[in-house]
Parts: sequence; C-alpha cells; structure tokens
Amino acid sequence: MLKLQFVPYADIEHLDTSDRIDKLLGIVKGNKIVLMQGRLHPEEEGQLIQETMQQIEDSFRGIEICTIYPEEKNLQLLKRVKKEMVKYIIGNRDGITIIGPATIVREIKRDPNNMMLLTMHTTTPRTRNASKKTPSRLKKRR
Amino acid sequence: MIKFLRDFVQRMVDKLFSQKRHIKMGLYGPPNSGKTTLANRICKDWLGEKMGSVSNIPHETREVMIKEKIHIKHKNKELTFSLVDTPGIATKIDYEDFMKFKMSEKEAKSRAKEATKGVIDSIKWLDDMDCVVVVLDSTQNPYSQVNVTIIGNLAARDIPVLIAGNKVDLKKSNLKKIESAFPQYDVVGISAMNGKNMEEFYESLFRVIK
Repeated sequence: MLKLQFVPYADIEHLDTSDRIDKLLGIVKGNKIVLMQGRLHPEEEGQLIQETMQQIEDSFRGIEICTIYPEEKNLQLLKRVKKEMVKYIIGNRDGITIIGPATIVREIKRDPNNMMLLTMHTTTPRTRNASKKTPSRLKKRR
Repeated sequence: MIKFLRDFVQRMVDKLFSQKRHIKMGLYGPPNSGKTTLANRICKDWLGEKMGSVSNIPHETREVMIKEKIHIKHKNKELTFSLVDTPGIATKIDYEDFMKFKMSEKEAKSRAKEATKGVIDSIKWLDDMDCVVVVLDSTQNPYSQVNVTIIGNLAARDIPVLIAGNKVDLKKSNLKKIESAFPQYDVVGISAMNGKNMEEFYESLFRVIK
C-alpha cells in the first residue's frame, strides 16, 4: 500500500534549509511519498542529495524526486515582475514536488507537463499464496 | 584590520587574474553518461594520454579526478584549463544493482559506499568551477530531476554551461529532446567514444567560456 503525505508550503516556509531537508527525509524514511506544494531552491535540492547520500544504508537506498511546475513563457513584463514580487513576499509556491523512497518508487518519469510514478512490484501475502496455488489447481484439472 | 585589508587585496587580485591564471572546467552529469569517456577524448586530443578508466558499470568514477594545464587551440583561439572529471550525480545508490554485474555483496557494498561519497564530493566541487560541461546521454530522457538540479545549481552560481549530448552515434539518440528540455543553453551533440563532432564541441566551448 502506498502512503502519501501532503506537505503544504506553509509547513516548511519558516524552516531553514537543513530543517526542511530533515523534515522531508524524515517522512521519506518512514516509507511515505511526499507531495510537497512548491519546490526547493536548486541549492537546497543539491543539499538534499548530499544529505540523502550520507544517510544511505541497507534499509535506505536513496530517493526518487521530481518537480513539476508551470512554465510561463511569453509572459508580459509587468506580469512577470508582479509574479516575482509575489514569489519574493510569500515564497515560491508554484508547482509540486514528489519525493519517494527508492525502495518503493522505482522511477519518476517526467515529460514537460506529465509525471509518471513507477513503483516497485510488491505482492501482498494473499496474492503470493494465490499465485502459488494456481499451478497445483491446474494440475488437478488435467 | 590588517588581516581584513590583506584578504580584500587578495580577493581583488584573485578576481582580476583568476580567469587567465586558473580556469577549472568541470564535467558533470548523471552516472554512465560518458563524462570520463569525454575527459579521455579531450586528454587524448591535446595531451596524448587518457585520464581515467571507463566501464559499463555505473559509478565507475567515484573520486574527483583532475588533469592540470590542458592547452587547446581552435581557429586561432587558445585556452588553458584544468579538467575536473566528477563522479556521476544520483539520488539513489543500491548496492544490489552492482551485484547484477557479478560483484560479491562485499564488493558491491564497498562500491556503493564510495559512490555515495563521490556524489557528495561532486556537489561540493560545484563552487570551485569556472565553467561546466554537463554531459547527458542523448539516448535517455533529459527531464530527470538530477539533470534539472545540476543545471539549476550552475545557473544559481552563475557558472557558464555547455551541454554535451553524448552517444549521438547510437540509434536511440534524440538530441532535439535535450535541446527542448534546456532551450536557454548551448547544446552540442557528440560521440566521445569515437570522437564524432569534437570540432564543434571545442568551438562551442570557446563560445561559452569567451
């Protein structure tokens, strides 16, 4: 079962970089997929990768991360300035960031405006039993 | 006060002469994109010797490697730089992936440990670069977050970037996809392995460094 945790931007805006990273990695290491409003600054993403590498061990193999955000090409100068000012005042809340543990999320494929989350193949005990039983049932019928 | 003045003068001197004195050009990218193959190609072209070993196993380069004083000439232009080949940047490293290449568990775990340190070093070295060639495998999807993060970090540090779409000799290669993913950057298609398009690469390099 996949567990998703939504992190609104308001939850991280008051935190400094290392606390933001600790919070996000804490959720991911609890085997949950983070759905975060907005995106990290590129330098914070770099630090997130560094911190992830430091914490890699047998039970934690790293993360899959993907950010998707609206590309506003051809935006008028005035609107662009207005948008930048809003970003400066309330933070960059545009877009969404997905971070998942590599043991659960195999890959996040991204095209400009689409995101595809591929998870590891997991079978529940019930499914495993069913698949074991199938061949024997078939034998009996024959 | 004296220390402050001394540091200030040193900083000014460094700023004035840094470009001429010591240009560091880094090769960055995800694992297995061909960074060391390109480093070897550049070194072979201008020094007549290789720089490091290459392999199909990811994270073959796990330490930052530097080749000092590479002097290149192209159409009456000259450039001297130190070439910094960095380990591939990844967000996950699974030792079991290495075991698929017939490594023992112990070897795989040791390689994974070294690889994690390599990624950390690569990111740390970003601050020291004067120019970076981002090497991407043109047969792979360029929209990966690692690529976006590397290029975003370079833009945030105002470091000149050239994107080399490597492996253009392969059928699956799609350079246009890289160009549309990063339209604001110079993209040059090369095959570092067989030297295809290296003239254009050097020309682009001069254009980016200026």
